[in-house]
Amino acid sequence: MQEPVSFFTGFNPNDLWFLGEAALKTLWISILSITIGSVMGCVFGWVLHESKSVAGIILAPILDVFRSVPLLIQLVLFYNFAPMVGLDLNPFLSGVVILTFYTASLVTNVARGGIESVETSMRRASRSLGLTYWQDLFHVVLPIGGRTVFPAWIGVVLGVMKDSALVSVLGYVELLKASQILITRTQEPLLILSIAGAFYFALSYPISLYASKFEKRWAK
Amino acid sequence: MIQIRDLHKHFGDLHVLKGINLDVSKGEVLSIIGSSGSGKSTLLYCINGLEAIQQGTVHINGTDVHAKNTDINKLRQKLGMVFQQWNSFPHLTTLENVALAPRIVKGKSKEEALELAAKQLKHVGLGDKLKNYPVSLSGGQQQRLAIARALAMEPEYMLFDEATSALDPEKVGEVLDTMRLLAEEGMTMICVTHEMGFAREVSDRVAYFHEGIMEEIGPPQQIFEDAQSEHTRKFLMNVR
Repeated sequence: MQEPVSFFTGFNPNDLWFLGEAALKTLWISILSITIGSVMGCVFGWVLHESKSVAGIILAPILDVFRSVPLLIQLVLFYNFAPMVGLDLNPFLSGVVILTFYTASLVTNVARGGIESVETSMRRASRSLGLTYWQDLFHVVLPIGGRTVFPAWIGVVLGVMKDSALVSVLGYVELLKASQILITRTQEPLLILSIAGAFYFALSYPISLYASKFEKRWAK
Repeated sequence: MIQIRDLHKHFGDLHVLKGINLDVSKGEVLSIIGSSGSGKSTLLYCINGLEAIQQGTVHINGTDVHAKNTDINKLRQKLGMVFQQWNSFPHLTTLENVALAPRIVKGKSKEEALELAAKQLKHVGLGDKLKNYPVSLSGGQQQRLAIARALAMEPEYMLFDEATSALDPEKVGEVLDTMRLLAEEGMTMICVTHEMGFAREVSDRVAYFHEGIMEEIGPPQQIFEDAQSEHTRKFLMNVR
């Protein structure tokens, strides 16, 4: 009689490293897409604010698509159809592209809200001092409006970080995909998903903590 | 010198200013009175180019404000403006509020700008509030901060757009006192105001605006005691 072959092996400490590395990948893909997406979102928000007609007609519907179609569908569609137009991107880059546009579409409205939160009278006062349009935008509108919508932006950041888990469907081994691999091997979903959850928490919590520190400082 | 010739301003179908002609010479204090919607405030916005005009000209020291090739940002440095809302920059201390424009517009060094700001804040009686944020100041103090902020650009003219209208009654006096101080120092001022006492005591001339037309202009005594236009007399009777 032969011993039955076991396909499964238990969770071992090395797997923690595996998850840790995957968490870094989640962090990396998030930082890239949130940074680029936020800058794009600020520009788009400014365009929407300045030109309600031309750019609004073109830009607003495109952003609405990115905001309204589930991220999962966007990722799969983009990853599978991009090669048809000659864009052969690996899962990581596909993820970054889609997450960036997704972030931008969310940040656009945050940014526009920030600009519009600064009253006309305030902007006239700064222009009356001789500030140019751009000086007013960077020295008055950005700091004042930025603080107003900072909590909303942090909300977008935390949301995108968690949503980056969906890039796993493209086969990119970030935190969620790594957990799935380990679950398949160890058959211990409860333990591994708990650890993965803890990692997500460890990534997000410092951000919200830091954010509320800023908000408290500004409230003074 | 400020020269306004045949100035017309429309907001859509609304004809707000209907051919204003006005000269304000250096050192003069002009008060503009009249009921709301008579175009007084709009005139100030047209003088420093915050509003475009449809007809006529405004010249500041011979420079056409509304000409395409005029550097309006440079010209505005000559024209300080104080608004009904005080518009303090909430993210900056009073000192930084005042130092911002000298630093980024005039390119002064940080030390120089802060020194200038401290001087102007002391001038308007806020010398003990240099490190405060606007949120901790009263309305009257914030309006004096706005005056200091405008003065820090070392303007030749000051435009006051109902500078005391949004203040609590007990804070009006301190702002009027600051404006009086400027007038005594020889600043050229155009004050749109509802403060008849101020207009009467401080101004060299008072102008009465009615429905987009400057109906009457003259020394305070003439306007307040011997007004020619019936509208002026009616208006003054109602505000007294």
